[in-house]
Amino acid sequence: MSVGIRRVGIAVIALMLLLVGQLTYLQVVDANQLAHDPRNGRDRLKDFRSPRGTIISADDQILAVSKPSNDEYGLQREYPLGALTAQIVGYQSIVVGSTGLERTYNDVLTGGSRSKLGLRDVVDFLRGTKRVGNLRTSLRADAQLVAKQALAEQKGSVVVLEPSTGQIVAMYSNPTFDPQPLAGHSTDSVQKYFDLLTTTEGNPALPRAYREIYPPGSTFKVVTAAAALDTLPGTAERRFPTNRSLPIPQSDRPIANFGGSSCGGDFTAVFTRSCNTAFAQLGLDLGNQFPTAVEKFGIYQSPPLDIAPGSVASTGPEFGGFDRNKPRYALAAIGQGDLFTTPLQMALAAAGIANRGVIMKPHVGVAVTDDQGRLSSPIKDEVWRQATSETTAATVRDLMVNVVERGTGTAARIPGITVAGKTGTAQTTTDQNPHAWFVAFAPADAPRYAIAVIVENGGSQGGDATGGQLAAPIAQRILKYLLVPGTPP
Amino acid sequence: MSRNRSALARFRRTRELSLGVLALLITAAGYVLLSLSEAPALPAHVWGFLGTLVGLFGCAHLAVRRFAPRADATLLPIAAFLLGVGFVTISRLDLNATPDDPAVGPAQAVWIAVGIIAFVLTLAVVRQARSLARYRYTFLMLGVGALLVPLIPGLGTQINGARLWVRLGGLTFQPGELAKVLLVIFFAAYLVEKRELLSSGSRRLGRLYLPDPKHLGPLLVPWGVAILIMVQQKDLGSSLLFFAVFVAMLYIATLRSAYLLAGVGLFGGAVAIAYQAFSHVQERVSTWINPWGDAQGAGFQLTQSLFAFGSGGFDGRGIGLGNPNIIPVNRSDFIFAAIGEELGLIGTVAVIGAFLLLVGSAFRIALQSARPFSQLFAAGLAVILGVQTFVIVGGVTRVIPLTGVTLPFVSYGGSSLVANFIILALLLRISDESAAEAEATAAGAARLRAIESAHS
Repeated sequence: MSVGIRRVGIAVIALMLLLVGQLTYLQVVDANQLAHDPRNGRDRLKDFRSPRGTIISADDQILAVSKPSNDEYGLQREYPLGALTAQIVGYQSIVVGSTGLERTYNDVLTGGSRSKLGLRDVVDFLRGTKRVGNLRTSLRADAQLVAKQALAEQKGSVVVLEPSTGQIVAMYSNPTFDPQPLAGHSTDSVQKYFDLLTTTEGNPALPRAYREIYPPGSTFKVVTAAAALDTLPGTAERRFPTNRSLPIPQSDRPIANFGGSSCGGDFTAVFTRSCNTAFAQLGLDLGNQFPTAVEKFGIYQSPPLDIAPGSVASTGPEFGGFDRNKPRYALAAIGQGDLFTTPLQMALAAAGIANRGVIMKPHVGVAVTDDQGRLSSPIKDEVWRQATSETTAATVRDLMVNVVERGTGTAARIPGITVAGKTGTAQTTTDQNPHAWFVAFAPADAPRYAIAVIVENGGSQGGDATGGQLAAPIAQRILKYLLVPGTPP
Repeated sequence: MSRNRSALARFRRTRELSLGVLALLITAAGYVLLSLSEAPALPAHVWGFLGTLVGLFGCAHLAVRRFAPRADATLLPIAAFLLGVGFVTISRLDLNATPDDPAVGPAQAVWIAVGIIAFVLTLAVVRQARSLARYRYTFLMLGVGALLVPLIPGLGTQINGARLWVRLGGLTFQPGELAKVLLVIFFAAYLVEKRELLSSGSRRLGRLYLPDPKHLGPLLVPWGVAILIMVQQKDLGSSLLFFAVFVAMLYIATLRSAYLLAGVGLFGGAVAIAYQAFSHVQERVSTWINPWGDAQGAGFQLTQSLFAFGSGGFDGRGIGLGNPNIIPVNRSDFIFAAIGEELGLIGTVAVIGAFLLLVGSAFRIALQSARPFSQLFAAGLAVILGVQTFVIVGGVTRVIPLTGVTLPFVSYGGSSLVANFIILALLLRISDESAAEAEATAAGAARLRAIESAHS
């Protein structure tokens, strides 16, 4: 009988070892997948039940806060400024997940991951306190409101940032949406609202300022000018022939100046008057060096923005494709053709000129404070890229000052403050009105703010809209509010 | 009497006590950790809790000292460890108790005490294992009767779709748990008596020699009745368990693999019939094959269990820090998933390791016995413990289709606890007998000295 007992015993023990094998599979091999499966409610419960820090604007407005609630979660996330800051702050939603600062700074807001257990945690534990982090931002609710009022009903975006730090002061786009219903705890109503948002005309859930790309038109001449000055010797002293249009190799369609006018002269003149013929010629002269030069400004790259899901990349003509497709290069040099940028990217280009050629990483979060509001750690300003040389930046700055003083951007003048800017009127499809653009920074000699404004498809002015008439006044209003104390919003 | 002066008895009881203290310390530490997960303070009644633990273990230990002093030293401490892990987990799940899902920790504590009383009584009453064999047909009747009781209208109660419970006053009891032990006694006694006849085979069918149906009949009939009743009561887990125990015991007694093959064949047939006949069997199987297809419906229990194991990962989320309350039936059938979430792979492997030691010790007791009945009986009890663990842990980890049985000593459930304590007492009784008989012979005494010197 012993033989049988041994055999059966071995069989039973083998079955148990099989269990150990399966447990190892579930708890080690497949563990991560199981733990974060969307049908596994644990992540959600953890996120929605845990105390969560507050997000605060630079002017001490509460942007996101958790309030006690009576449901199973015990807490309800609230967004007091609603649609005004929705596309930056984002939301924390049970159904559709999180976006914006809520997602990027989730670990900070929830007090960090448990894996890093330190002495602090033991002390907090014994004192019964739960550590959460509050996020201080560079965003100004008042600037955001001015941007909203300046855009009024028009579709478009405004991006304002500090050139020397990369801190974003305002970033508003219209249309926008109320994030509060998405933070609700009822799966059905959240889903309904989300479906409504995504099917609404104009797509209000889309943060146009950093997730949509447009042809930048003549505002891109800021980048082309810097690229030519850096790459082609003698550009600053060059004289350009006065022409109505420029014949383009490989194409039977010449590139014309705005309104069919004649345009030419020295480099300052062609920039100030925004001559397409001169800049298309620079595009042809740069040739295959064009993509490399504009990439230094961040075209082809996603700016490292701290707002989840991040910024989309701006596009340009394909690298090394000049010999095959010269017209695309000529068009790209005047911000048309294959060139598409986000409003954020154009603000960064202006900031690069303002900051002596250096573009800082764009960011909204500036510091983490503890639950008593004491500073626990600043979020560092970091360099993103060297866009151009300091000398070139100074030259382009002077060109931009000229544009506002006596060129197409006079509507952006502010008494007592030197503004550097560039207008753009970007052609879209033939049946649509052009986009009105303006990029600027001020004060020109010690820049505090860089700005990019786009009003889509002519805004309230329709087919007559130009960057100088429609976008420049919006930029002027915002810069004036920020720079001149006592300016009413 | 030399009984209390036996070196082996002293050695084994000392070892049992020290291992038991270790199990109690683990339990107390788990209880304190659980309390710390709520607030940074020791539980107010921690000393009372510790006192109760010491008291309960002390009673069981003293009963072994008194009634079975030479018995195996590991069984009781392992059972104490499993009970402790189970009780801490149940107390943890009680933190999320609601009016619909009330706390059961206090009831479990009472059942543990009742189980220990049953343990002491079994040790005190059953002084010789072989005396059980004499009452084999009585046990057969009692076992079948126990299985039938829940079917009596007015007395039986249906819980979670299975009619297994008897309600008496405010208490519910699952007599089927006891029936397992009673029927294993019968099987062991009957098989030992008839094993010659069963293994030789008097009738020839082709190349196979079949035993006389006259001898096989008394085995197949109660077994078939038991299976039918359990299918009728929708207790698939117990049916599976029963099947495995029966086939294993038949194989041990006869060493004829034909029984093994026939058992597997019969089992396959029974499964096929049950699959055709019962929609709940079909559902269990399809959920096992693809739990993700209907993760919110039929697959909910199983997927939530798998999520718990995954979320626990290697080192677990910590006692009181996970969300095992999401898992349905988490104090009985799915308690192992709750352990997996909060204690991680470290915890689950520790628990499986404890079961390996428990079952291994039970098989060792079977091997050390010189009496055929005791051998077969102990092996049967070992198979019950081992297969029951496999059926429920395999069910909640998706190794096999899920069927609801309790995890011995760990799950909440009074009848199961009492039955398992009785199994424990019977194993200790057999172990004590073998040791005493070995001591009485010269050769045995020499072997024992060798064991002692190896341990010291």
